[in-house]
Amino acid sequence: MRAILALEDGRFFLGESFGATVSAVGEVCFNTSMSGYQEVLTDPSYRGQIVAMTAPQIGNYGVNALDDESAAMHVRGFVIEELSPVASNWRSRGTLEDYLKTWGVPGIQGIDTRALTKHLRSSGAMRGCLTTEDISPEQAVARAQAAPPMEGSDFVKEVTPAEAYDWDPDGRQSRAWTIVKGDGTQTEMTEDGEVFAKLPPVKHRIVAYDFGMKRNILRRLRQEGFQVRVVPATTSAADVLALKPDGVFLSNGPGDPAALTYVHENIRGLMGRTPIFGICLGHQMLGYAVGGKTFKLKFGHRGGNQPVKDLATGKVTITSQNHGFAVDADSLPADVEVSHINLNDHTVEGLRHKSLPIFSVQYHPEAAPGPNDASYFFPQFAEMIEAAK
Amino acid sequence: MPKDTSLQKILLIGSGPIVIGQGCEFDYSGVQACKALKEEGYTVVLVNSNPATIMTDPEFAHRTYIEPITPEVVEKIIEREKPDALLPTLGGQTALNCAMKLFESGVLEKHGVKMIGANAAAIHKGEDRQAFKDAMIKIGLDMPRSGTAHTKHEARNVAQEIGAFPLIIRPAFTLGGSGGGIAYNKEEFEEIITRGLDLSPVSEVLIEESLLGWKEFEMEVMRDRADNCVIICSIENVDPMGVHTGDSITVAPIQTLTDREFQVMRDASFAIIREIGVETGGSNIQFAVHPETGRMIVIEMNPRVSRSSALASKATGFPIAKIAAKLAVGYTLDEVRNDITRETPASFEPTIDYVVVKCPRFTFEKFPQADPVLTTQMKSVGEAMAIGRTFKEALQKALRSLEIKRFGLIGDGKDVVVDDDTLRTKLTVPNAERIFFLGLAFQRGWTVEEIFEMTKIDRWFLENIREIVIELERIASSSPLLDEFGRWDWNYESGVLEEFENDRKKYGLRSAGIELRRWKKLGFSDAQIAALAYPMPANAPKGAFNGLTEVRAIRKKLGVIPTYRLVDTCAAEFEAYTPYYYSTYGDENERRDSGKKKIIILGGGPNRIGQGIEFDYCCVHAAFALREEGFETIMVNSNPETVSTDYDTSDKLYFEPLTLEDVLNICEQESENLFGVIVQFGGQTPLNLAAGLQAAGVPIIGTSPKSIEIAEDRKLFGAMLDKLGIRQTAGGTAVTEDEAVTAANAVSYPVLVRPSFVLGGRGMQLVHNETDLRRYVREAVEASPGATPGTAANPILVDHFLEDAVEVDVDCISDGEIVVIGAIMEHIEEAGIHSGDSSCVIPSFSLKPQVKEEIAKATKAMARELNVRGLMNVQFAVKDDVVYVLEVNPRASRTAPFVSKAIGVQLPKLAAKIMAGKTLKELGFTEEIHPTHFSVKEAVFPFIRFPGIDIVLGPEMKSTGEVMGIGENLGLAFAKAQMAAQPALPTNGNIFISVADRQKTKIAELAQGFVDLGFTLFATSGTGAALKAAGIPVQKLFKLNEGRPNALDMIKNGELAMIINTPSGKVAREDEVKIRSTATANRIPIITTLRAANASLAGIRALKEHGLSVKSLQEYHGV
Repeated sequence: MRAILALEDGRFFLGESFGATVSAVGEVCFNTSMSGYQEVLTDPSYRGQIVAMTAPQIGNYGVNALDDESAAMHVRGFVIEELSPVASNWRSRGTLEDYLKTWGVPGIQGIDTRALTKHLRSSGAMRGCLTTEDISPEQAVARAQAAPPMEGSDFVKEVTPAEAYDWDPDGRQSRAWTIVKGDGTQTEMTEDGEVFAKLPPVKHRIVAYDFGMKRNILRRLRQEGFQVRVVPATTSAADVLALKPDGVFLSNGPGDPAALTYVHENIRGLMGRTPIFGICLGHQMLGYAVGGKTFKLKFGHRGGNQPVKDLATGKVTITSQNHGFAVDADSLPADVEVSHINLNDHTVEGLRHKSLPIFSVQYHPEAAPGPNDASYFFPQFAEMIEAAK
Repeated sequence: MPKDTSLQKILLIGSGPIVIGQGCEFDYSGVQACKALKEEGYTVVLVNSNPATIMTDPEFAHRTYIEPITPEVVEKIIEREKPDALLPTLGGQTALNCAMKLFESGVLEKHGVKMIGANAAAIHKGEDRQAFKDAMIKIGLDMPRSGTAHTKHEARNVAQEIGAFPLIIRPAFTLGGSGGGIAYNKEEFEEIITRGLDLSPVSEVLIEESLLGWKEFEMEVMRDRADNCVIICSIENVDPMGVHTGDSITVAPIQTLTDREFQVMRDASFAIIREIGVETGGSNIQFAVHPETGRMIVIEMNPRVSRSSALASKATGFPIAKIAAKLAVGYTLDEVRNDITRETPASFEPTIDYVVVKCPRFTFEKFPQADPVLTTQMKSVGEAMAIGRTFKEALQKALRSLEIKRFGLIGDGKDVVVDDDTLRTKLTVPNAERIFFLGLAFQRGWTVEEIFEMTKIDRWFLENIREIVIELERIASSSPLLDEFGRWDWNYESGVLEEFENDRKKYGLRSAGIELRRWKKLGFSDAQIAALAYPMPANAPKGAFNGLTEVRAIRKKLGVIPTYRLVDTCAAEFEAYTPYYYSTYGDENERRDSGKKKIIILGGGPNRIGQGIEFDYCCVHAAFALREEGFETIMVNSNPETVSTDYDTSDKLYFEPLTLEDVLNICEQESENLFGVIVQFGGQTPLNLAAGLQAAGVPIIGTSPKSIEIAEDRKLFGAMLDKLGIRQTAGGTAVTEDEAVTAANAVSYPVLVRPSFVLGGRGMQLVHNETDLRRYVREAVEASPGATPGTAANPILVDHFLEDAVEVDVDCISDGEIVVIGAIMEHIEEAGIHSGDSSCVIPSFSLKPQVKEEIAKATKAMARELNVRGLMNVQFAVKDDVVYVLEVNPRASRTAPFVSKAIGVQLPKLAAKIMAGKTLKELGFTEEIHPTHFSVKEAVFPFIRFPGIDIVLGPEMKSTGEVMGIGENLGLAFAKAQMAAQPALPTNGNIFISVADRQKTKIAELAQGFVDLGFTLFATSGTGAALKAAGIPVQKLFKLNEGRPNALDMIKNGELAMIINTPSGKVAREDEVKIRSTATANRIPIITTLRAANASLAGIRALKEHGLSVKSLQEYHGV
C-alpha cells in the first residue's frame, strides 16, 4: 500500500506503507544509529516525533522481548529506506512490521531517506504527516502544517506514570544483559537463552523523576546498587524529600524543556537538599532550575556516534544522544559550570554545580541503543551520594 | 596532547612485494603515513623493496631506500640514518615481523630507536597465540578451547584434550594464515601440523576447537595516547567461519546483530586494544558469534593497520592510516580534523547510510593444480568493493567489479549449468564461485532454510540474495515491453505501482521507468537486463545484437539514470566537502561541478595476477600530474586497497565498477568541460572499454584506440611492421581450431598461442605439437574477454617461438613528435617466460651496442607510426644478435614504475601531461637516461600458498608482485633483489644442480664459479657425470627413484643452500616437480634457468667480495 510522508514546507516523499495503516503527525527527525531501532521506537523521549533512520536496511534482526525501552512504542511514525524481508537473529521473537502493527504505528519504506535527512539538516527539524490514507500529498502537507509545534509542547504528561512505584523490587528486570560463555561461568540464563549477570546488593535508596524514563536507566541504576522509587513528573519537592532519599535522579523525556515550568520549580526545591543527577531532559530541567535556559537545535543530535569531551580530563567519549534542545551555556549562573561539550557543535553536554552535589549530562550514559562508554556516570552518582552522606 | 617534539626522524617500514595476504593496501597506508608525518615536519626515512609503490616515489619521504626488508638491511639503514623512532604498524606483517626482529636482537636499543604506534610488548601479546589467549581470558573474554604446540607430539596431545574434529590449525607469525587449515581427520591433522610447524618462523601452531559455521565479524578500532577509543567500521562476513576473512565476501556495517550484541562486541574491542597495549593507532579484531546462542569468541587481533583497515577507510571515508600516523606522534583524536566534514573532529565513529560489499578476487585459473576449496588460508589475490544503498545493490555492483566477465549475481548470460548434486557440493564446500551458485539454488526454488543448512550463511544474506533472484522472471518477461518505447505493460501483482505511477504522473514525475528503476535499485546491470530481456543463442556471432545499447537507450529515455551520493562519514548529518561518490538510484544527485576542465582516469579494478599495483601507480601519477596542469582529475576505480581510491589522490573519486555501463554513466554526468578520458593507465580493464566509450562519443585522450587496435590486431600490426621493415617472429591468427593448426604449420612449431586482448599472459601457452594445439584452442578461448553476453571470443594469436633467445622489454614515451626511450631492460630468464615473471635488468648487460641501437630505432619507429601520445612498451627477442619484435603495447606497462625508479624520472607523470597537450620538450625530457647503477626487478610468486604445484615458469604470468634491487654492479643488484624476494641467495653451503640434457655441456664455468666461492656441489648421475668430465668436484646424489638419501631428504634436513634445476623437457618429470615444490615449501632458493644461475653466481660473488651496502633513491638520483 502506498504511503506519503509530507513535510510542513511542502516537500513530500511517496513510499510504501508498512506497519499500521493509519495517519500520524509529529516533528520529523532523523537518527543516525546503525543499530537499535527497537530501542528507538520504545524510547519515550521520541514521543510526538516521526523518526527516520539514516541506516538504509532496518528490521534485519527483528524485535525481541528484552530490548524495549518502555512498556509502549512512542514514535508517531517510522521512516526507513528498506524493510528487511526477514528477521534474522537468535534473539528475535517477531518482525519489525508486526511490531509496528501491534502498536498501531505507521511506517513508510522505499523513500530516499538520505534526501530526507539532507532536507532536515538544511531546513531544520519540522512537522510532518505520515499517512496511508487516500489523500493527496498536498492534503498531507496541510495536515503537517496543522500539527502542533514541538516548541511549547508538554509531552511529559503523556508518558510520566500516574502514580509512584518501586522499580523492580525483586531484582528480575535489572540484571545486566550479557552473552553466554563457553566455560559456563554465567549462572542466570532465561528460558529463551538470554544470559544475565548477577545484581549487587542494594546500597542506596533514591527517587527518580520519570519524565518518560528509559528502562535501561532504571536497570543501570539498580545495577549500581540503587533501589529506585519512581515518581510522576508533577511530584512536589516536599513529597520527594519526605521519602528521605539518598539522592534524586531526573530522567530523560520528550518535548520542549521550556514548557515544563512545574518541574523546574520542583527541582529548585531539591537543590542543596539532596544529591541530584540528571540525564537528557533531566539535564535540561536542571539547567532551568539553576536559572538557565535552553534553545532548540536546528535538527538535534540523534545517534550513537556523538563525540563529547570531558572538560576536566580532556577525555573524549562516544555517546548515545537523542535531544532536540540544548542548554544555553551563556544563560548559566556563575556557580554552575559546563563540564562536557559536544565536539561537533560545541554545545553543552554536561553541567556540574560548583558547590552542591549536582551534575547532569545531556546524553545517554545508559546507552540502549548506542555505546556504553559513558556508563561511568552511574557509579559516579553513587560516589557523590556516599560523599554527601 | 600536542605532537612529540622529541622525535625528528622517523623510520617507516613498508610491506615489500605484493603477495597473497599482503596487497597494495599497505602502499595506501604507507603513502598516507608518509604524507601525514611530512606534514607534521618530521624527516621520514622509508624502506620498501617494492618499486611499484607510490610510497617509494622519492617525493613521499626524505630518504627512500628501495632495499630488502630484512633485519640486516634495515639495521644498515638505521646505522646510516640514525632515526629517533620506528613506526612498524603501517607496513603489514612484514614490517611488524622485521621490527620485532630488530627489537629482539637489540638493534633498536643500541641505536636509541623508539618504537611508536605499538611497542614490542604489545606486538608480542597481539601476535603470540598463547600470550593473546592469556590476555583475553584475563579480561574475561571467551576463546575457543585450544592449545599451542611446538612439536607433533604436543600437537597430538592438544587434539586429544579438545576431543573432537574438525580442528583448526594456525601457524604463528605467518601471513594471512599461510600454512594453516582445517583437519577433519587424523591424517589431515598430521599433514597440516607438519606444514604449519615448518612454515611458522617460531615453529609454533595453534590447534583449536572448530568454529566452523559460526558468524564472523570484524571491528576496526583506533586508540590514542589519551586512551580515547573509537570503532571506525564494523564488518560482517557473509561467508561464515571456516573461510579466511580475506577470501570472504564481507559487508559493512554489521547487519545481523542487535544493538546489545553489537555493544558487547564494541566494548570487547576496546578492552582488547587496551589489554594488548596498542598505544596509538588502529587494530583489527575478529570475532565469531554462534548463530543460535550468541556466544562470542575472540578470534584474533592485528595490532597494526591491516587489509581490513584499508577497506574500512574506503568504506567509511575515515583515513585510518593517516590518522594512525598522527596518533603515533602524539596527537589525540580530538586534535585531528575530519577532512570530509572539516568542522568535526576525528574523535567520532563514522556512521554510514549505505551498504558496502567487498568480494575477493581469485586466480585459480592460473594454478590449475591448486586446491580451489576455500579454507582458513587465504588464497585470493585481490578484491573489489562496491557501495550501494542496499546489500543487494552493493553485492551485484561488487560482483560486476571483479573482472571475471560476470555482470551481476545471476542472469547475465553467464550462468553455469550444473546438476543438483554438483550444486549442493558447490554450496556445501566453500569455493570462489559459491555466491553464484547461491543464485542458481534460489532460481531452482531451493529454500532459505535448505541453503542455510548447506552453507550456514546467515538467513538475512540468503533472503536478500533470494530477493535478487526472484526478480529474474519479472525482467525476463519484460522483453516485449522493452521492444519499443512507451509500450509498457506493467502486469503488476499488487496495485502499489499503479498508485505510484498515477501519483508520479500527477506531479510531473516520469512514470514509465518505475520497473526499470526497481531493477537498478536491486543492482541489476544493463547487461543482466539485456541478457534476460533479449536472451541470445550461445553461438551468436561476434558483434551480434546484444541488447546492451538498447537497454541503455531505453533507460536513459525513461530518465532512469543513477544519482551520485557522497561517502561522508556521517550519514548526511553534516555537510561533506570531499567529493567521494558512489552511484545509486535515488531521488537526489549530490554530484558537484567545479567548472574546471576535467580529465577522467580509469583505474584497474581488483588486483589479480597480471594486473596489479603497477597500474595503480600509473593512475595515481596521472592524477597528480594533471592536477598540476590545472585540470580537475576524476578517478574511477573499484579496488579498495589502492592509493588511487584515496579521496585526496584525485579531485573527485567515483568508487564504481569499471564496466562500460558504469563508466559511461560517469562520463555522461561529467560531460560538461570533459577534456577526455585516460584508458591507458589502468591496465587491460579500461583498455577493454575504450572502443565502447569511443563509440558512445566519449573523448579518449592519449594514444588513440585505433592505434591500440593496430597493436593488438595481428594483421594490421604485421602490415605496419612490414612497412617499417621491422622483423617479427612468424605468426598468424585463428578463430577456429583448424585455422590455428594451419597457422601453426605455417610458422613451424614450437608456437606460442594466446588470445588477443588479455593481460598477464592469461591463456598463453607454449605448444609443441598439433594435439596440444587443438586441445588449447578448445579449452582456452574462454580467456578471451567476451565483454558482453553473446559476443564471440577474440581471435587467437599463433606465433613461432624462439628458443633460447634473450628477451628485452623497452618502455618509451612519445608526444607524437619525439620519442624518448625510458629504458631497455634485459631479462635474465630467456624468452618464453612471461615478462611479468622474469627478472630484468637496467641497463642491459649482454646486448651488443648495435643490437641496442636497433632496438631503440625500431621502438621509435613504431611509436611514431602508431602516433603514440604517452607510454609504449615493446617486447623484443634477440637471438644470435638478430632482433625480433614480440609485441607492442601502446599503453602504460607493468614495468613503468620500475623504470621510473631506476632512471629517476616518473614516466607516467610525463605521459599524463602529454595526453593533456604538453610536449616532451616542454617537459624537459628529450634524452634517454643511462644510469650508472644497476637495477634488477625480480618477480615474487604465490607458490607457497598452493602446496605441491610446479613452480616452473612459462608464458602465463604467475607472479603476484615484484621487488627491486639496486647496486653498483649487476651482481649486487641481483643479490639484493633475491634477498628482497626471498629466499635470499646463500653465501655458503651445498648446491644441488640438475640441468636438462641439452644444457649439460654449458654448465662447467658456472659450476666452477660456485666451487671457487666455497660451495659444495651435489648432482645426480647425468649432470654429475657432465661435471666430473669437466673436472669439477661433485658429490653424487640418488635420483628420487634410485634410492636414498636423495635431494628431497637433503631439502627436508635443511642441508641444501640452493638448488639449480632446469626443466628437462616439455613435460616436467614428476620428481622434478616434487623437488621444486618441496624446495619452495622449505624456502630454499631454487633457480630454474641457466641465465638466472649465472646471475646468482655473480650475485653471490658480489656479496662475498663487497658485502651489502645501502643507498637511498635520493642519493642515486641526486635529488
